Amino acid sequence: MEEKLALMIEAAGENSERALAKLISHVEDRKTGWKDIMKTIYAKTGRTCVIGVTGSPGAGKSSLVGEFAKRLGDRGYTIGIIAVDPSSPFSGGAVLGDRIRMRDISTYQNIFIRSMATRGMLGGLCQAARDVVRIMDFAGKDIVIIETVGVGQDEIEVVSAADYVMLVTYPGGGDSVQAIKAGVMEIGDLFVVNKCDREGADIIVSEISAMLDLSTETAAKIPPVIKTSAFTKEGIDELMDILSEFIQKKKKGPHYQKDHVRQEVISILETEMVSIIKERITGNGNMEKELELILSGKSDPYSIADKLMKRFTVIKNVEEKRKGDFQ
Amino acid sequence: MGQDSKIRVLVAKPGLDGHERGAHVVAYGLRDEGFEVIYTGLRQTPEQIVSAAVQEDVDVIGLSILSGAHLTLTKKVMAGLKAKGANDILVTVGGVIPEEDKKTLEEMGVGGVFTSGSKIKDIAAFIRTKIGGNA
Ligand SMILES: Nc1nc2c(ncn2[C@@H]2O[C@H](COP(=O)(O)OP(=O)(O)OP(=O)(O)O)[C@@H](O)[C@H]2O)c(=O)[nH]1
Ligand SMILES: [Mg+2]
Repeated sequence: MEEKLALMIEAAGENSERALAKLISHVEDRKTGWKDIMKTIYAKTGRTCVIGVTGSPGAGKSSLVGEFAKRLGDRGYTIGIIAVDPSSPFSGGAVLGDRIRMRDISTYQNIFIRSMATRGMLGGLCQAARDVVRIMDFAGKDIVIIETVGVGQDEIEVVSAADYVMLVTYPGGGDSVQAIKAGVMEIGDLFVVNKCDREGADIIVSEISAMLDLSTETAAKIPPVIKTSAFTKEGIDELMDILSEFIQKKKKGPHYQKDHVRQEVISILETEMVSIIKERITGNGNMEKELELILSGKSDPYSIADKLMKRFTVIKNVEEKRKGDFQ
Repeated sequence: MGQDSKIRVLVAKPGLDGHERGAHVVAYGLRDEGFEVIYTGLRQTPEQIVSAAVQEDVDVIGLSILSGAHLTLTKKVMAGLKAKGANDILVTVGGVIPEEDKKTLEEMGVGGVFTSGSKIKDIAAFIRTKIGGNA
């Protein structure tokens, strides 16, 4: 590995905020050597508690994260926060505004906040976010909190890779319960109805509880449903109790679980396959001629896909063989 | 590889004035130009700005200052960046800046000053020339 990277890793491991931030960028940008970084640090990771926070847009996720991170910070934990927001599909740019609600903790010595854009990473978001979690883990954070908007499949996948998942909704969202129904309910370890200073929170709590009763097999497995207000701080103590219990449990548990590891290997492979397809099979004008064949009625998309796949496999085999010849 | 790289900009409003419009326009304008903009909201202290810039590893800081306190605030931000070894970040200042203060700001190390009439396209072009890279 390049010496510059090795030094960056060393400094990030010794509490340098600047080095940690640079390391994250290097990996997030997938710059040369990013995978070497991940391989190097992996053995020193797995001890952090990862808390995922997702839910409807504007539910108060960032406000809540700001609040409980502050309290955890005051108890002496070191904390990393990753706030994911969507990139614009038109310009590829993004406005990342979650820090607005975390102002109080932005200068805490033991809290590190990082905003991250989804960058249209075709399923790659999950891996990139997981990598950032892992870098923070390596840098010694006791707790890593990751916030995403529970809208896209990718964003939901990101939090579902966390050890503990908090789903946030609020009264007046109109679709507040609907938003949770849409396939994310299964991943929730805790349901939070925020903005309970407003009217209607109790109704939502009972609706969610009823839904959970129906869909959960044993009563013991039903996740808690609580109401909070980031404004009046109602319910925050209860939230803290629940989170503390989880953190204690995680400390005693295994570092990595087989299911997570399996899923991660698959996710890395999938991301690589997508880029291989883009760079080597469909990219560089490789398939323009084939498209003409389809349009002129001489072939069809299924046959062309087969053909491209076959051609790619042949090239790959030749390459492997050549490599062998030189060894 | 490395094609995923993006220019990151912190748009920050230090000081006590409550006018957010200008900063908003710049933040969303730069997003439309393809930048990743970290927006931190009103009334940021210089310490908060420096800390956000370091953690977010931004390439550029855009300070929006309408209060008239641009000299003191900018000076504090520059000093804070230096203390954290982050003085390679490009700092730009926008807002109501009298002509005679421009030079003072530049002497402090500010890379560009944009007064209220500036066009987003020009700001974006300026950043791209200074930083290079995607977006
Ligand atoms: N009344 C009330 N408003 C709240 C509460 N928590 C947050 N808000 C407000 O709700 C709005 C959204 O809050 P955020 O914390 O940014 O919500 P979010 O879920 O992170 O939003 P996105 O990241 O944009 O999806 C802000 O205007 C907050 O001030 C609460 O407990 N009660
Ligand atoms: Mg948010």
